[in-house]
Amino acid sequence: MDNELVPKHEILDEKEVEKLLQLYNVTPRQLPKIKEGDPGIMGLDAKIGDIIKITRNELVVGRNIYYRVVVRD
Amino acid sequence: MIERDIPESIADRLESMDKNKRKEFLDSYHKALVEPGEAVGTIAAQSIGEPGTQMTLRTFHYAGVVELSVPLGLPRLIEIIDARRNPKDPRMIIHLEKDIRKDEKKANEMAKKLLEVFLPDICDMKIDVKNNQLRIETNDEDIKKVLMKYTEDETGGDVYVIEKESLYDLKKIQNKLAKKRIRGVKGIKKVFIRKEGDEYVLYTNGSNMKVVYGMSGIDKKRIISNDIRQIYETFGVEAGRNIIVNEAVKVLEDQDLDVDIRHIMLVADQMTVTGEIQAVGRQGISGSKESVLARASFEETEKHILMAGLRGEVDTLDGVPENIIIGQPIPIGTGMVKLAIKSSLAPKKPIEGKKETAGENKVLDGKVSDVKKKIEKLDSADYKALIEAEKKGENRKTLLKWLESQID
Repeated sequence: MDNELVPKHEILDEKEVEKLLQLYNVTPRQLPKIKEGDPGIMGLDAKIGDIIKITRNELVVGRNIYYRVVVRD
Repeated sequence: MIERDIPESIADRLESMDKNKRKEFLDSYHKALVEPGEAVGTIAAQSIGEPGTQMTLRTFHYAGVVELSVPLGLPRLIEIIDARRNPKDPRMIIHLEKDIRKDEKKANEMAKKLLEVFLPDICDMKIDVKNNQLRIETNDEDIKKVLMKYTEDETGGDVYVIEKESLYDLKKIQNKLAKKRIRGVKGIKKVFIRKEGDEYVLYTNGSNMKVVYGMSGIDKKRIISNDIRQIYETFGVEAGRNIIVNEAVKVLEDQDLDVDIRHIMLVADQMTVTGEIQAVGRQGISGSKESVLARASFEETEKHILMAGLRGEVDTLDGVPENIIIGQPIPIGTGMVKLAIKSSLAPKKPIEGKKETAGENKVLDGKVSDVKKKIEKLDSADYKALIEAEKKGENRKTLLKWLESQID
């Protein structure tokens, strides 16, 4: 999706996933979710259970990183 | 907190700093962090709610052929937070593709392509009562195509005649034709062309993201609508979250209210945690909470309690409302933490000077009157042993006297 409303979506690799879960002391189930068929992750070939790293560019806050787990539609 | 515990987005900024600056930065970063257990949701609700009381409660109504109402201020904010499916005043801003951006002619063409045109808008339709005929005069090719289905005889080129036996049938056909869209995109009611800098931009009343996004000649990168659901459907959750934030900020700025964007971001994030857009309220966030008591305390109490009973739901009492209901400390702020101690560090004797009583003499615990009752209940009591124990223990004189009297 190429629109100014859609921030950059990437799939996290295993190492980074582990680091992330440790940093926030969470399980993947506790993370916010994104649907498998979401237009934002179209073309990324994301599977259920993958963690998507979203690099947002916020108004006041600036660059901000958010994470979502891919779940079934 | 150590440097490695810092989220990635902050860590990036540290790289370019020297040691002193880095320390200063980290200090203020840690100061700015929200304390664990802070009730951020409640604060966000209050921070948006209080300025909300100062917003316009009015909805603007324009009288005219089609009634049009434009919600501003609070009504619009409610629309956003409720994630309404059909907002009252949907709008789109459409930029054109790079090579036709500066061409006024092309912009006009595009506007024509977008604007929804109905059959009666561009032709004459008359019912001839005398001859039971519906006469339509037109020279538009698109209309001719539509009319082909209804009538075959083409009298004199531009005039179409539909004949029916009763006037009622004729009227029915007329109404049907009146709703026929000849050109344009469904839902786009008006198009304005505005010159911004040296490029022409289209502003529309009415929104249809799905169709317009698929059209050629449009800058797909900058196309924007204020319909949250449509944005979500075409661009996904993240775009949906962004449009919620942007629209809410716009409303608050319009009314000159100063609300920190982070409160709005929190609401927007919460509305999109599940991967789709949820309204705030009984249909959405509040209605999908895990705890039965929390749901029941909000709205539709009977429904939730009844369904919980039928399904055998269990409430783990993790949230705030359920703990208020049963009268426990709520898990917020200092209520979030529990006290724990390493067993090796624990004092050997119980605190507050309570001396340990031998296991068999638990009868002696409690008030004197209670102890008396307990002893009377026993089949055979060893009073001497009890006296010894009491002397070692709390040494209550009234109890000792009573125990001695019982020996006799």
